[in-house]
Amino acid sequence: MADEQKGFPLPSSLKVVPGTEAAQAAYPYYTQFHAGDDQRFWFYNSMHFPEPMHHFDMITAEAAYCALGSFNTRVHVLPTTKGIDHRIINGRVFIGGVPVTDPEEIEARMGEFQQRAFYYYENWEDLYAQWKDKMKALIAEAQALPTPELPELEPIETTHTGKGVASNHALLDIYRKQLEGYFRMWHHHFEFLLLGYGAYLTFFDFCKKAFPEISDQAISRMVAGMEAEIFRPDEELKRLARRAVELGVDEKFHDGMVIEDVLGALDQLGEQGQEWLDELEASRNPWFNVNVGDGFYHYHRSWNDDLSMPFAALPGYIEKIKVGQNIERPTEQLVEEREQLVADYRELLDTEEDKATYDQLIGLAHRVFPYVEGHKFYCEHWYTNLFFNKIREFGALLAENGFWEKEEDVFHLTHYELESAIVDLMLSWSSGTPPIGPQRWPAIVADRQAAIATWTEHSVPPALGAVPDVIEDPAIVMLWGITRESLDAWLSDGEGDENELKGFAACSGVVEGTARVIKSVGEIDRIATGDILVCQVTNPTWSPLFQKISAAVSDIGGSMSHMAIVAREYGLPAVVGTGTATQKIKDGQRIRVDGGRGTVTILEDEPVLEDA
Amino acid sequence: MSGSIAWFPDVGIADRPTVGGKGGSLGELTQAGIDVPPGFVVTTHAFEQFLSALEAREPVRSKVEALEQGDMDAITALSRELRARVEEEPMPAELEQAMADAYGELCKAGEPVAVRSSATTEDADDASFAGLQDTFLWVLSAQDMIHRVRECWGSLYSVESITYRLKHGLPEEGVAMGVVVQQMVDARTAGVMFTRSPTSGDKSVITIEGAWGLGSAVVSGEVTPDRWVIGKITGEISVRDISDKHAQQIPAQGGGIEEVELPADKRSAPCLSDDELQALRDVGRKIERHYGKPQDIEWALDKQGQILLLQSRPETVWSAKDTVPVKKPEADPLKHVMTIFGGKR
Repeated sequence: MADEQKGFPLPSSLKVVPGTEAAQAAYPYYTQFHAGDDQRFWFYNSMHFPEPMHHFDMITAEAAYCALGSFNTRVHVLPTTKGIDHRIINGRVFIGGVPVTDPEEIEARMGEFQQRAFYYYENWEDLYAQWKDKMKALIAEAQALPTPELPELEPIETTHTGKGVASNHALLDIYRKQLEGYFRMWHHHFEFLLLGYGAYLTFFDFCKKAFPEISDQAISRMVAGMEAEIFRPDEELKRLARRAVELGVDEKFHDGMVIEDVLGALDQLGEQGQEWLDELEASRNPWFNVNVGDGFYHYHRSWNDDLSMPFAALPGYIEKIKVGQNIERPTEQLVEEREQLVADYRELLDTEEDKATYDQLIGLAHRVFPYVEGHKFYCEHWYTNLFFNKIREFGALLAENGFWEKEEDVFHLTHYELESAIVDLMLSWSSGTPPIGPQRWPAIVADRQAAIATWTEHSVPPALGAVPDVIEDPAIVMLWGITRESLDAWLSDGEGDENELKGFAACSGVVEGTARVIKSVGEIDRIATGDILVCQVTNPTWSPLFQKISAAVSDIGGSMSHMAIVAREYGLPAVVGTGTATQKIKDGQRIRVDGGRGTVTILEDEPVLEDA
Repeated sequence: MSGSIAWFPDVGIADRPTVGGKGGSLGELTQAGIDVPPGFVVTTHAFEQFLSALEAREPVRSKVEALEQGDMDAITALSRELRARVEEEPMPAELEQAMADAYGELCKAGEPVAVRSSATTEDADDASFAGLQDTFLWVLSAQDMIHRVRECWGSLYSVESITYRLKHGLPEEGVAMGVVVQQMVDARTAGVMFTRSPTSGDKSVITIEGAWGLGSAVVSGEVTPDRWVIGKITGEISVRDISDKHAQQIPAQGGGIEEVELPADKRSAPCLSDDELQALRDVGRKIERHYGKPQDIEWALDKQGQILLLQSRPETVWSAKDTVPVKKPEADPLKHVMTIFGGKR
């Protein structure tokens, strides 16, 4: 076969884009490719990090892999795999698994795993309840951290209480606590994740063997939770829409409204308006702490930071409520449907043995699933928002002191560099002399900003190094869906029909319509009823849009991704994980989405001209 | 069931010995409330009655029994002789009248019928091997219908059929066949449906194949049909293979069928809508539930889009395989997760 000749480039052959050498060198030394790396297989983690990484945002990869590996390698002791190594080049994160191949070592780890992981499965509900308490405590700690600031003179209370510590020390204290909290959050994140996915995949695997042609969607529908946190933000919006109608303030909400004006008008409206604003506050904390990406980039802001996304959905919901349509999520009906589905598939099994196994596996999957679906809200959304916003406060303080121009510039520094800038400011406040940073950082910020722009224009290969015969690493299969088959597909990319994109079939149905390629939240008001949403990734923030669109396509995501789950709820055809939809499809083009086959076809080469 | 004619609503699978597999199944479906075009079976009693008349003139069965297995010349000569006799010698008048009366009742407005052999053998495959699968479409008169029934009977004495019986040492006594006479629809679309995947044996999907016009084009393989795979339980359509259907079979002037080319736009258009696919799926599930096992089904949609069932038989290929558990049972449910974590996938 011709495919056997093919392979991915070696890491050493991948060059830093000219002009970005300094920005590349600024990533920590342990993330740079080095000599031994040519002997290993790496793939570009475009699922979690689809865009070049700002230097500060790299902390997400670092903290996540510190935690993921620890739980795999040393806490649960997965028999066949250890952690994940990561490397950065041209702003892109490549990762490599560390499989265990020595049969004796696997055997020894197997014993450990059964002792440790099984304890988690046996005590899942208690441990998960404990987990939520830990997360809420961690969130409360982060919320309690004060805003970093430096007074001209220390307040007199410092003297009167004999405090003995001056304000500049608080900067280091807050920063380190916030960093510590972020690393800790990622440990909590991986405490259950692999075990949860593993139990789910065991059921998945069984279904694929018993029903070779079953769709991934059917299996996820059998497992999907009903009270999952991911639906909650959207449910809160529906509640707010209903309250607006009940309170008679609904005429304030319309397409193209200016949010500040609406809030102001409601404030002036007396009791009714005030009551709605109170309801809004109740929803915002915590449910508007969902961000518009997966929480891995500082610029994925939350609903709380930018109310345009949630508010854009309100007029549509209000309209539906006023014509008497029920927009509440029919939880009971969904539970019934799920139970029916589980029973119907069970009936098709031939042997009593298989029915018993099926009962065991679906039982386990249902027990672990609340974590799999629910953890993201606490980790990637709520905590991550607090974290990046705290860093923003440091960005603003340092900008005030001339380190750079705007608060967002802080994200061009690594977390080590940021600590040095903070210490610089602490020293300057202490000595009464100007800080050195303002002479150093503006040029560096500009250089890195340019580098990110350059890297965005340069794509990288999907993988590097020799292709392994089989991917045995359950972590890589589970989290990234990478198998020998998907690698072969990558290797033969470009040989198929140029106008056809392939992805995961997320929700069946065929729809033709106008593509709206949406690259940021700011563009959501361009979506007209009946359009097909084409975007990189969706998350709970985007749910309200699903009431308007006729189909959905994403670059990133598997059959359990947010878009897939919500599309199934709304019964919309969806194809996720196409890799390149936002690049290949032009805004306004007519496309056909076949959610059953997992294909998207571009029907016209040129976008239709539209009114400007 | 001792009469020469048996109407669909009066027969079931248990009547196979007198009405054959096809007739019994159509009766069974009719009784189950599935839309089956009306019809009757010319039973084995009718055949026996006719055969007695033949034997009275000159032996039939004893001549076949006297043949040497492998003596192809003698087999071919006798086959030709017996088929000619079955097709041409006079039939008892009351039998001929009974068939004509039944036809008159079925086709009050001169509706066309299909005439098909309905073998009494247990296994449909045996019938294929023995050459007992005659089908005559768009038959337009009682006279023509009776002639086609004779042709079906005659196939019992085809070279393949005689050879098959000699090879397996089957006695001639009791060799008989039912013949189904059924009103025929001028199908807009027709095809087959498998309530178990023919390729993987998966019982959770329904495969539907269909093409424009009469189903004979699909069954005979002369047109590559459109193909869909639908979740039996979920209804999701996971495969849509819309083929280039170059032609369709339609009723011919004066009886029989003919093949006509299709215009370009129709060739590549799907021959079923999603709603029709779902309606077929519902019918497939209903029939499967009725029989308690997966079925291979022939269906047609009339010009109004109404679904009609033409045949259903139990799936045999996958059902014959041993049913071993998909996964080794474990007393401790947690042991199952080792398929994912143990590296032995």
